[in-house]
Amino acid sequence: MAALINVPPRAKRGDIIEIKTLMSHIMETGYRRTTTGEIVPRDIITSFTCRYNGAEIFRADLFPAVAANPFISFFTIVAESGTFDFEWIGDNGFSATAKAAITVE
Amino acid sequence: MSEDQTTRRNFLALAGGAAVAGAVPIVSVRPVQATPATMAAAIRNVVGEAEVHAGKVKLDIPPLVENGNTVPMTVSIASPMTSEDHVRSIHVFNEKNPQPNIGNFYLGPRAGRAQVSTRIRLADSQKITAIAHLSDGSFWSASVDVVVTLAACTEEVI
Repeated sequence: MAALINVPPRAKRGDIIEIKTLMSHIMETGYRRTTTGEIVPRDIITSFTCRYNGAEIFRADLFPAVAANPFISFFTIVAESGTFDFEWIGDNGFSATAKAAITVE
Repeated sequence: MSEDQTTRRNFLALAGGAAVAGAVPIVSVRPVQATPATMAAAIRNVVGEAEVHAGKVKLDIPPLVENGNTVPMTVSIASPMTSEDHVRSIHVFNEKNPQPNIGNFYLGPRAGRAQVSTRIRLADSQKITAIAHLSDGSFWSASVDVVVTLAACTEEVI
């Protein structure tokens, strides 16, 4: 459950910054079969959320068509120093979180 | 004039599709497959009765993909992203994966720029459609045809 987060450590007030996230996960589609013909059960991340000082700024529903180790990048306006909280939720009780801090001048 | 163009485009799309179908050997039998009809149904689920306009949305995806297991994709929308005029959500669909949905992305005026990137899987050469839901309730879309040489999603586990 390793997450890679790329948030600039500092920014100017009002800047639009890009946030890049990557969570290691197999994203098993549930449509593949083993050589003996059995279906491999689905195991994917279904939801990703990013909060900035507690307020949700970005959310995504993911489907099996998202590649393994889901990479998601998006933008936000920074108004104040604070913390980004990232949360991934998936099948079989999968849950992972990560944090990143930013200093706004 | 515009009618002529549409006809020509349709013809070229058909011809291109036929050429691709002829060139790619059928490698496996897929038990489940979304079809253009299921994609249309999935889109209806999101937009309801609203009309989907073409334009405003830019869907960046390579037109020729060697490996369908991880295809970079960027959706961006020409929007000022103010509290009066912004993109509420972006929805991406495919025609021929086992499921028509790829992802739903919810943003708001705090995004500053209406752009999302991710990596997706494509099980076949097909059309990808991105639809943006704006704050005024309108829907805008863009579609791209992608040719995939190695399919994803349904291959056997080794």
